[in-house]
Parts: sequence; C-alpha cells; structure tokens
Amino acid sequence: MSTPEPGLLVALVGNPNTGKSTLFNALTGLRQRVGNYPGVTVARKSGTCDLGDGQKVELVDLPGLYSLAAASPDEQVVIDALSGNIAGDRRPDAVVLVVDSTNLLRNLFLASQVAELGRPVVIVLNQADVAKEQGLRIDTELLSRRLGGVPVVMSSAWKGEGILDVRRAIASAVAQQTPMKRVAWPTNIAAALTEVANVAATDTGKVVTEADAQRLLFDTNPSTADRLGWTVAQREKTLRSARDRVRNSGYNPMAAEPLVHYAHLRIVLEGVVTEGAGKAGRSAAVDRLLLHRVLGPVLFLGIMLGFFGSVFWLAKFPMEWIQFGVDALKGVVAPQLDAYPMLQSLLADGIIGGVGAFLVFLPQILILFLFIGILEDSGYMARAAFIMDRLFSWCGLNGKSFVPLLSGFACAIPSLLSTRTIEDPKARLATAFVVPFMSCSARFPVYALMCAAFIGPLYGPGWQSVVMIGMHCVGLFFAVPTAFVLTRLVLKVKPQPFVLELPRYQMPKPRDVIWRMWQNAAEFVSKAGTVIFAITIIVWALSYFPRDPSVAERIKVANPSATEEVLKAKVQATYVEQSYMGRFGKAVQPIFDPLGFDWKITVGVLASFPAREVIVSTLGVTYSVGEGAEADSQHLRKAMQDAKWSEGPRAGTPIFSLAAVLALMVFFALCSQCGPTIATLAQETGGWKWAAGSFVYMTALAWLAGTAVYQVVIRLS
Amino acid sequence: MTPLSQLLPGQFGKLASLNPERGVDQRLMALGLLPGMVLKLIRRAPLGDPLAIEFGGQVVSLRLAEAENLIVDVSADCPIQRPRQP
Ligand SMILES: Nc1nc2c(ncn2[C@@H]2O[C@H](COP(=O)(O)OP(=O)(O)OP(=O)(O)O)[C@@H](O)[C@H]2O)c(=O)[nH]1
Ligand SMILES: [Mg+2]
Repeated sequence: MSTPEPGLLVALVGNPNTGKSTLFNALTGLRQRVGNYPGVTVARKSGTCDLGDGQKVELVDLPGLYSLAAASPDEQVVIDALSGNIAGDRRPDAVVLVVDSTNLLRNLFLASQVAELGRPVVIVLNQADVAKEQGLRIDTELLSRRLGGVPVVMSSAWKGEGILDVRRAIASAVAQQTPMKRVAWPTNIAAALTEVANVAATDTGKVVTEADAQRLLFDTNPSTADRLGWTVAQREKTLRSARDRVRNSGYNPMAAEPLVHYAHLRIVLEGVVTEGAGKAGRSAAVDRLLLHRVLGPVLFLGIMLGFFGSVFWLAKFPMEWIQFGVDALKGVVAPQLDAYPMLQSLLADGIIGGVGAFLVFLPQILILFLFIGILEDSGYMARAAFIMDRLFSWCGLNGKSFVPLLSGFACAIPSLLSTRTIEDPKARLATAFVVPFMSCSARFPVYALMCAAFIGPLYGPGWQSVVMIGMHCVGLFFAVPTAFVLTRLVLKVKPQPFVLELPRYQMPKPRDVIWRMWQNAAEFVSKAGTVIFAITIIVWALSYFPRDPSVAERIKVANPSATEEVLKAKVQATYVEQSYMGRFGKAVQPIFDPLGFDWKITVGVLASFPAREVIVSTLGVTYSVGEGAEADSQHLRKAMQDAKWSEGPRAGTPIFSLAAVLALMVFFALCSQCGPTIATLAQETGGWKWAAGSFVYMTALAWLAGTAVYQVVIRLS
Repeated sequence: MTPLSQLLPGQFGKLASLNPERGVDQRLMALGLLPGMVLKLIRRAPLGDPLAIEFGGQVVSLRLAEAENLIVDVSADCPIQRPRQP
C-alpha cells in the first residue's frame, strides 16, 4: 500500500456498528472485518482511497465510540488518531463521520464533539436502506445547512450505494475546509473552559486547544492531561474551581457536555426527519423469544450444543475426502522413490504424513468460523453477552468478556485483541488471562485424533462426542475459578458498568460471513505451509538421523530366523529409538512419566510448545518413519493402538491406555502451547510479566491435571 | 420517583435525575440518557441482571447496580410513543 504524496489523511469516525469498516472496504477496495456487534474493529487500519477525480488520500478505519470521553483502549485509539497523537502519524486533514441513519440524534452527539476539533468534516448517513425500510425520510440539505454547510450524504455502504457521493463529499470537504457548526457553550462553561486552557498552557508550556480544554474539564479519565504533561498537583486546584463554576451555573459538571450538545442537536434536527409509513423492525419480537426468561437460556444452550455438534458431524465427510486425497498422494509418490529411501521417507512420512495429518482438520475450522460469523452478523452475539453477564459478573468479569471468551473457542489471538472493548484495565487483564484456557480450534485435531483412535472404537460414537464436548469444557472448568481468584483476590477488580447496545437483528450477509471464513481458512492453510511444514521437517530429520548401516546389520545377525517383514519392522523401531529424537525423548520422558506418556508422546509434547497442533503431525512422523509406502491414515491410528510399553513396570501394556489418552487430552486442553498467543498476551497486557505468568501457570496446571487424571483412571480401570 | 431498577418490564418512565458522581457511566449519558428522556424497561435478563432498556430509538443493556442510580418519574404523563426520533 503506497501512501499518496502529498499525503492527505482522512479518518473514519463514528459510533460502533454504524458501518465504518463496510464503508472503508467500499472506498478502498480492501477487506476489513465487519460484523453486527459493537466493537468489531479494535485497532487502526489504513488504505488508499480514490476521490473519484484521480486524487488519492489515505483513509483510516478506526474503532467505533460513543463519546470522546474515552474509557476503553480501543476508544483511546480514536482520540489519539484525531489529535495526531499516534507516533509517526499526522492529524487527519478531514474527518468522515459515519452515522446510523436510523438514530441521528445519538450519532450526531459524537459528531458534535468532533466538530470542536475544528477539522473539516463530512457527514455520511449510512444504512440508508434500513432508514428507508422503516419509513424515515431525511432532509440532508436542511441538515447540511443547519450544520454550517458541511457536506451531508446518504449511503448504503453494504450495498455499495452512495459511495461515489461519499468520495465527492470528501474531495469537497478537503477543498473547501468548511468547519461544522459548533455548540454555543453557556457563558459560565465557556469561561471555565478558557480558564482551564490558559492555566494548562501556562503550566505545561504547550498549546492547549479548546477541544483539549473540554476533555480536561469534562472527563474523569486523565488521558488528555497525561498527554499534555499536566500533573495532578498542577491541575487539581484549577479543575476543581472550574468545575465548581460549571456547577454554580446549574449544570452538573460530569453531565454538562452531553446536556449542552444534546440540547443543541435537538434544535439542529428539528424537522430534518419525517416518519412515514414503514415497517417497524422485528427485533423486538425476536428478542421476546430469544431473551425469554425460560426459552432464552434453553435456546442459548441449544445453539451452543448445535454449534459444537455441527462442527463435529458436518465436517466428517469432507475430512474423509481430504484424508483420501492425502493417502492417494502418498500412494502415488512413495513407490516412485523406492530407490531413494531417505527421500522417500522425507516426502511420504515427513511432509505428506505430517502436513496432511494437520490439513485434515480444515473442514472443521471452516465450520467453526462460519458459525461464529453467523452468530456475530445476525446480532445474536450481543444477546448472548446479555444472557451470560450475570454468570460472568459472579466471577468478576462482565458480559463483554463473553465475546472474547466465545471466540477463544476458535482462536485466542483475535479474541485477545477483542478484549480491548473492555473499559476496566483490570477486568480486561483478567479476561485476557483466561482467554487461552478456551479450547481453541488448534486443540481440536488433538481431541479428534485421540477420540477417533481410542474412544470411538472402544466405547462407541456416543462416548466419542461426550468426550469431545467434555474436553471443550475442561478449559472453562479451570478458567472460572482462575478468573474468580484473579479478579477478587489478586487484581481486586471493582464491579464495573456493563453498558452494551443490543443491535437490531439482520440476516447474516453471506458475503461477509464467507469472507471471514475464507480468511481464517487461508490462515490455517498458510500455517500448514509454514510453521507446521518447518516443524514437521525438523521432527522428521531428528527422528531419521543418525542412521548407521551397522545397526541393520547387527539386527540381521542377531535374528537369523526372522522373516523379512519382522526384520524390517525391528530395524525401523531401532533406528527411531536411537535417533536424536529418540535419545532426547527418552532423557526427558521421566518428567512426563506420571502422566503415562512414553518417549514418543514426550517428543510430541515438546515439539508442540510453539504450536499445539504440531503433536498430530509429530505423532504422524514418529509413528510412521521408515514405513514409507505402507503408511496411510488408518496406519497412524493402528500404529498408536498397537504401541506397547517395551520396558519398565508397564512393559507389554498398551501405551495409549484410556488413562493415558484422557491425560493427554487434558494436558493439551490446559497447557500453554502457542507462541503467538504468548506474544499477543504480552503485547496486550503491556509486558512479559503476565505472559510469562500465564505460561508457567497453564503449563503447571496441565501437568498436575494430566497426572491426576492418569493416576485416578489407571487405578479405576 | 423510583429507581429505574424497580420498574416493571414494559413500564415507561421519564428520567428525572441522574447522579453522575455516584458512578453513572459517562457512556449512558453519551447515548442520550439525560434528564427528561423517556425510557422503557423492556426486560430483565433471565438471571435477573442486567436490564434491557429502550430510549431514543435504541436498546441498551445495563446492570442493576447502575439502574439504581437512575431515578425515573413514572407518574409523569409519559406519552406512550415509540421513543425513537426526536
Ligand atoms: N443494511 C445495511 N447494513 C449495513 C450497511 N453498512 C453496514 N452494515 C452492516 O452493519 C454491521 C456493522 O458494520 P461494520 O462495518 O462492522 O461497522 P463498524 O462501524 O465498522 O463497527 P465497529 O468496528 O464495531 O465500530 C454489519 O453487519 C454490516 O453488514 C448498510 O449500508 N446497510
Ligand atoms: Mg469496524
């Protein structure tokens, strides 16, 4: 993306869920994530926008916010962007205020605050299609005149209607620099603002704008004062006397700003909107059902169960097809290379076996993201937060933690980013800390492999799905007490407000949902091609070398009567055991012995610390190295089912006993095995302290829980 | 005059006073929940908390603890209008 020269910068600002990202995509041709939930965009994104006449500007998409009195980190991003306070960034040359046409009054409050910055603005009345459906007619010319002549245009960003008008309006705003009409502050408030501005400017030696003065006077949060370097000691007395002045004029200082703006806007909007005949939204009726006292929670549970059920069962056939493809590929490739055993092993066992074992899970990942996309775009996600809030407040979190936690079932990284919508930093930290406990899609392959190989064949498909669902609950089971202790005892989080807009329901838009699914699938596949590929090759090499020919000779001599078949298996087993991987795994195995892991599982566990799903490909490699052409998908399962302890007190018993299988799954459910998650956690919590804490805590917990499961189950069975 | 938290589902009220210093979220005021605004308690969440209220054409969820700080006038003759556009 090249920044146009000389770069004009235009920012998209507006309430949450008004369609900023959708408009951004329409204007730039890029694809930002959108969704029917307040707080989809949590960081600043930029792209190039053509204004229609060949002129190009840099457009930035920002998180939504209701007021410049920022409370949460994602909102602070907007304040900083508007004041040019982000490192390496300029103040925007124009601001596009994206407004929901069905609720002008509330949306224009933010616009009116932004007007105080004195930047040229464009007002885009988006979702015009919905307004029209509801029978609302908006006189854009009148509104434009009332706002001092700033361009006011209507658009339906999602349908691509009115986009050209938006481009033209931006061009004219930049050219004409018309400022938006500002509120008239009552004399006493105006005087208090001047006083604050003057004292702050004298104390800090910096330029203090009128907009800065408003933030200093009206906000309880100190971000503006901090930015200016106006210390508590310096500002305390001034602010108190200025606020007293506001109070004496009959305004509560904390409510003065919205009161004055809203009074101003009611006059501005007089006669702008006429209500004609139209369909009232059906959201209220849908809510009567979905938020019903009894039916609501029942449907909620039903939806969640349907969610997990469909991920398991719908994916079954596509997974078999992929598996079939992988096996067929192996069948074609391996015989060609009979003359080159090493290359054959690298390709068939290492690359195709390892990466293939991972790729098989693509259909499940697709369905998972399809489902989350539908939940989000329909508007149900906010309702889920509403239903769950009480449960979350009990352990010190709030309903806003629900969305990060639910999307944590897909992947921890985006859900860690989505915690930015939580205002209270401590509640945010606690939520971020428990997010990695959610059973992300990378754990799925592990459970799926274990269930398909052991639980299913031994106890039937019924138990298989019970164990699957159970495993997804293990993390939750530990997350709740963890959050409780963290919020109540460690961080001492104060009870926080939970103010969340419940957006109107809409039909999920296939384009957006599928795009989302596609993006995640692409990420998954590219991971298979990079991280998984690299680790697979390393694991293969470590378990293939060294390969001293004298070993094979010695075995042949020692077993003169053995058939070709048996001999070959013995040789392979010996090679793997004395490979670098074998030696290392054996050395470390005692640590994992209490969980019933043999050295091969140990190797898998260790190789999985950068990315947990590696275990599947690692087991695929360690259990099939040297098997070459014979190895197919049944093979890995079979090899695992047949694996027996060769020495020690457990000699002769299967390695993958019920106890060990359950211990392995519980270990993977809890262990912190994801490099990117740790890095994101460090980034989002502002340091390595919490990331390191999370790693140690989760890994220790996983070891303890795994040990407990193994020791208990082995005694029972 | 009753706290919003004591309204019955379906009941209208006019916001009489709010007590910003006692922790009414600045966000609620930004949404337009200011004295004089007509609002309706739509429902309580299945577990009793939070509440869903409608005002100014939007549905917003807030907790009981916040609703206690919002004093509404239920006797004022609240126009039984859809509180939507100004
Ligand atoms: N009917 C209709 N829906 C729209 C229109 N524009 C956007 N939407 C929908 O509104 C929802 C919100 O859109 P986003 O673009 O994610 O909104 P946003 O303002 O970026 O939201 P945040 O990032 O959460 O602040 C999505 O479900 C969109 O599909 C429109 O013109 N008409
Ligand atoms: Mg967005």
